[in-house]
Amino acid sequence: MRSGMTSGMNASNMFCFRRFAAMVYKEFIQMRRDRVTFAMMIGIPLMQLILFGYAINSDPRHLPTAVLSADNSPFARSIVAGMQTSSYFDVTGHLASRADADSALKEGRVQFVLTIPEDFSRRLLRGEQPVLLLEADATDPAATSGALAAMREVVSQVLVRDLPASAGYAPTPPPVTLRVHAEYNPEAVTQYNIVPGLMGVILTLTLTMITSLAITRERERGTMENLLSTPVRPLEVMLGKIIPYILVGYIQMTLIILAAKFLFGVPLRGSIVAVFVLSLVFIAANLSVGVTLSTIAKNQLQAVQMSVFFFLPSLLLSGFMFPFRGMPGWAQTIGSVLPLTHYLRLVRGILLKGNGPLESLTNVWPIALFLLAVISIGMRRYRRTLD
Amino acid sequence: MDADTDHSPGGGNAESNGIRDASALGDASAGAETGAPGNDKSNDGGNDKSNDGDYVIDVSGLTKSFGGKVVVNGLSMRVKRGEIYGFLGPNGSGKTTFIRMLCGLLKPDSGSGTCLGLDVLTQADEIKPHVGYMAQRFSLYEDLTVRENLDFTARMYGLPNRAEAVDACLARMGMNRFENQLAGSLSGGWKQRLALSSCTLHGPKLLLLDEPTAGVDPGARRDFWDEVHKLASQGVTALISTHYMDEAERCHRLAYIAYGDLLAQDTLEGIVDHAGLTTWSVSGPNLPELAERLRPLPGVDQVVAFGNTLHVSGQDKHLLDATLSPFLLANGQDWKLIRTSLEEVFIHLMRGQQARQNGQAAKGGGQP
Repeated sequence: MRSGMTSGMNASNMFCFRRFAAMVYKEFIQMRRDRVTFAMMIGIPLMQLILFGYAINSDPRHLPTAVLSADNSPFARSIVAGMQTSSYFDVTGHLASRADADSALKEGRVQFVLTIPEDFSRRLLRGEQPVLLLEADATDPAATSGALAAMREVVSQVLVRDLPASAGYAPTPPPVTLRVHAEYNPEAVTQYNIVPGLMGVILTLTLTMITSLAITRERERGTMENLLSTPVRPLEVMLGKIIPYILVGYIQMTLIILAAKFLFGVPLRGSIVAVFVLSLVFIAANLSVGVTLSTIAKNQLQAVQMSVFFFLPSLLLSGFMFPFRGMPGWAQTIGSVLPLTHYLRLVRGILLKGNGPLESLTNVWPIALFLLAVISIGMRRYRRTLD
Repeated sequence: MDADTDHSPGGGNAESNGIRDASALGDASAGAETGAPGNDKSNDGGNDKSNDGDYVIDVSGLTKSFGGKVVVNGLSMRVKRGEIYGFLGPNGSGKTTFIRMLCGLLKPDSGSGTCLGLDVLTQADEIKPHVGYMAQRFSLYEDLTVRENLDFTARMYGLPNRAEAVDACLARMGMNRFENQLAGSLSGGWKQRLALSSCTLHGPKLLLLDEPTAGVDPGARRDFWDEVHKLASQGVTALISTHYMDEAERCHRLAYIAYGDLLAQDTLEGIVDHAGLTTWSVSGPNLPELAERLRPLPGVDQVVAFGNTLHVSGQDKHLLDATLSPFLLANGQDWKLIRTSLEEVFIHLMRGQQARQNGQAAKGGGQP
């Protein structure tokens, strides 16, 4: 290194390590000061690690199963016991009637219904190949495929063990006809499940982010100060901000439903009107999250970052990306708080299962509850004045 | 010096000070507020002319803290109808906070008073329709056009004939040619003019203008002040914060606030007289050296360069004259006794307040 002027001139022309180091140092200081970005850098990888590593299981087990049995024979019982031990099925109860079975599936209380006919054991012993009916809620094909494969195994193993004639030989015609009905999405078309779900995902992402930005922008640009000095009331500001985005939400919904029908050929069984009406609660819930985030975020960047913090768990834990019942208990608990989880069931229920408004209500009240909770936080945080 | 020492523990018991001022908002307390030594004459003059009930702003003991830091400390102020009231003070002295408290954007922690005869603590909603507030920063929508911005403001205040009001305003402010231009694309001077248009659109009785002319060229500033004087002649009252001394001189009355405390409140002449400073102007060669020599001398409080002259001022006239007497005889330099300018008075007030607060902090255990 030469001294004096020369080195100074060199430094100005060439890459100067000191300047570079100063730049790096400054970046670290700023990074540390910007808490939200820092939290995001640490939080998002952790969140993804935990969610992908532990929560997500694409081969879900312990799926709730109900049995509609008219035959109380040892064979029937050992089939049910075999299903239980396969760990794919959790037999949660016995149903009394066909109607019960239908509604349990429709409302999503169970994933499977096993129907054992009246004369099952008699016909089995006679070698008449009686029919076992396993109905699956296959709106999400990924959630049921593993269990369906396991079921065939269960049936053949149980019967090979239990049937008296079976010692020594495996019957070429299977003793039982296992009939599987994949309800609501018989061809296991993934799009049928994904497209209506996508509606919820898109609404969550855009509405939360746009509203949080819209209000933070007023504050960041200083226009909020001017606005608050006029006689306008906070509720007027809030609603005035929210209403346009409800409209945006409906436009998005319309586009997605049109695409579902005409691009992806998703069979729309239920009432579109019901979807539109009941979606209002979900849209409002997302907007309330956006408004509440905007009362916390100091600038638009933070608003976006906070929306991501809300969006990521919604995406991963709602049952959109991965079967809800495949997640461990704690993840399901978090998932059941999120509005998207219930909205997915609501929309899939109406569009794919043809649920009516009454059957849909079980999925509406958790969203409404969430909405009320978030709005009460948001209103408390929203300050009329600037302090 | 009684007034000074009286006031110095103010940070500790700001509220009790404020309440005392409220009960006897008259000459004595006003004297204490000015923080100037034993000279109540100018305050007498100010208050004698007034008659109660005609005050547009009449607040006392307004206090506001943020996170334990007192930003406005027991501030009392009376502003008469039609008065242009200049509000001065160093950056971060609490001017903006005080103005925000008046227009209902902030709630005072303590204190009381009225704005347009309405209670500032409980009737903010009733006050807002009659106040035009212009924030320090351009706070209209940059992504709306000039006309759209004015129209929005008109709707916020519920003006009956919106389109006409906006048209009239555009014409009056000479902004017709910009009406369809985005506010964000206007130059600084025109943005300021738009902001003034917006905050006067609804015919407010009181204008609260927070550093309205910061960063605006002299021509636009003059137009702005002409506009404000025109409004004042129509009975509109204006409270304007500024850092420009020439603007301060355009106000009917002035208040000087530093670090939360109101230090002076009077007419321009009153404030200058009140400060009791003596100022000499000197011109000639080697002024920078002279300034360095003068600064440490006893009785010399300020030495400021003004172009080709130096202004030397001090509070103790006798001491200053005695100190300067050898210099007055020096060759080549021309010494004149001049009238003290507002700037010197404010620097003097600000330093006094800083010294007081530092002394107080040292006593109070070194808290900044």
